[in-house]
Amino acid sequence: MEEALLRAVLFGTPLLLACLGALLSERGGVVNLGVEGMMALSALVAFAVGLKVHPALGVLAGMGVGSLLGLFLGVFAVSLRANQFVAGLALAALGLGASGLLGKRYEGTPLPNPLPEGMLAVLALILALGLHLLLSRTRFGLYLRSVGENPKAADLFGVSVDGVRYLALALGGGMIGLAGAYLSLAYRPSWTDGMTAGLGWVAIALVILAAWQPLRAILGAYLFGLLFFLQFRLQGSVPIPSEAFAAMPYLLVILVLALSGRARAPKALGQPFDRGR
Amino acid sequence: MRWELDPSPSPRKVLLTYALFLGLALLGLGLLFLLYGVPPLKAYALLLSPLTDTLGLAEVMRRTIPLLLIGAGLALAFRIGFFNIGAEGQLLMGAVGAAYVALFLPPGLWSLPLMFLLGGSLGALWAGLAAWLRVRFGVNEILTTLMQNYLVYYLVVYLVAGPWKGQMVFGFLYTDRFPPEAQLPRLGDTLVHWPTLVLGMVAALGLQVLLFRTPLGFEWRILGENPEAARYLGLKGGRLILLSALVSGFLAGLAGVGEVAGIHLRLLEPAQISLGYGFTAILAAWLARGRPLGVLLTAPLLGLILAGGDALKLSLSMPFRVVDVAAGLLLLSFIGAEALSRRRLVWRR
Repeated sequence: MEEALLRAVLFGTPLLLACLGALLSERGGVVNLGVEGMMALSALVAFAVGLKVHPALGVLAGMGVGSLLGLFLGVFAVSLRANQFVAGLALAALGLGASGLLGKRYEGTPLPNPLPEGMLAVLALILALGLHLLLSRTRFGLYLRSVGENPKAADLFGVSVDGVRYLALALGGGMIGLAGAYLSLAYRPSWTDGMTAGLGWVAIALVILAAWQPLRAILGAYLFGLLFFLQFRLQGSVPIPSEAFAAMPYLLVILVLALSGRARAPKALGQPFDRGR
Repeated sequence: MRWELDPSPSPRKVLLTYALFLGLALLGLGLLFLLYGVPPLKAYALLLSPLTDTLGLAEVMRRTIPLLLIGAGLALAFRIGFFNIGAEGQLLMGAVGAAYVALFLPPGLWSLPLMFLLGGSLGALWAGLAAWLRVRFGVNEILTTLMQNYLVYYLVVYLVAGPWKGQMVFGFLYTDRFPPEAQLPRLGDTLVHWPTLVLGMVAALGLQVLLFRTPLGFEWRILGENPEAARYLGLKGGRLILLSALVSGFLAGLAGVGEVAGIHLRLLEPAQISLGYGFTAILAAWLARGRPLGVLLTAPLLGLILAGGDALKLSLSMPFRVVDVAAGLLLLSFIGAEALSRRRLVWRR
């Protein structure tokens, strides 16, 4: 029982971190569908730096790469006002592709001194609480929410809509990068192509399940963590093919989305902001 | 200083913007080649190498077939505002349908038509499910179609490793070979299964006519361009979306039939059936700017990139992911250029 809960938390941690990162930018009105690719690339860079320099620096590198990719998405989604969904998808492909290409030389190399998972799990919890406070108690949180709900009004009050969105993408990207670093430096201290295994997509769905609330994201992430654990544990002990278990999380995401489909999203979500339109 | 909408950009400006972004994409790709340890120019040459001989051209054409079928349907769906990114899964559903007919029904003249019918229908069903979830429960179809990709992926793995595993194969994950009646004819020694190619061209043309010359197409275009106006006019948005999803899913299913009945002649591991056609076709559809007929141009272009990626993979033992990189960069450069060319910089607040 205790083991189940521990594994649930440890598996839920990358989901939580990636979910928080996507949630942050979505509260500001920007959809980030690039999470999977951002996680993959930051996992690779974190691993490379962790292997050659130090795992702690790897974490920072992973977060830095995540932030940069967030800003890169911002160029298209915020400045150019391109279709956010397509830009995110392209970023996902780019990140997955680049990590698979550049990571080939690290495939099969173990990390001699991995980071403790527990420490990062606690950090993720603190970040969730911090994000909750940031959104509900600070001026930046207020700006961010107003930019996500009604960018025109925010603009009239002198808030830089684009600036706030860039900042949210950079901060959120950092958290997504941390999720990637957790995977390659702590959870499974190694690098393999496709090691993110759809976690990024699940994290995006989790944002909807969490109704854009960081505290609810904690529960959602751990719930998924528990389900992943049960899937792993039940395999082989019941007469159900293992593929059915492997497909379970994705089926669950669809079910969860169907149940919470009409949850209230930030009003300006997915819409580029153009002054004077 | 800020961006403003440019209502009528000059052709020269549009062209320059696209050239600029394409250059940036090539630069980015070159940088990655350098990081990987390959001279960029050599890599570019390899990427274009399929154009230099008939074998290479046949490879390009073979890759074009699924892109054409899927891309034509996606161009329609995107125009209506249904972001079907699950063509990968719908293609696999088509492959499953084809394999069922080929392996378990008595072979005959009806085999191939029945395979196309069942494969297409399963693809349509798979896309229709996402459309229904969107219309009925307001679920974002980008996420559902994506999750569905994983679901069929595991379904196919289960089938080829379990109940449908071939009697004649040992240790490999695939079914028995399809009977001759269930195999598509090819052009000469190539892997170009021409009936599917014809289907793809007919689909692109047919959807173009449907979209621009019929009342249904008119309603579709209104819904896609202005959902508010569509509601005001009393159009049944849900039904229109569902229909476009079914069409795009059906065509993706046909592409899956073509891959297994024209190339592999058996059902096998999902990653070997699709080779990323579902995602690349998104690019083909997007490049065609919502015009199904435009896919006749963009599908071969992307077919070339896929075939060139193969050449890179073979001669430099580069991971196939290089195609994802090229596709992602191209897509970004295209939407970036489209956005930038429609704007101008104004030096005031």
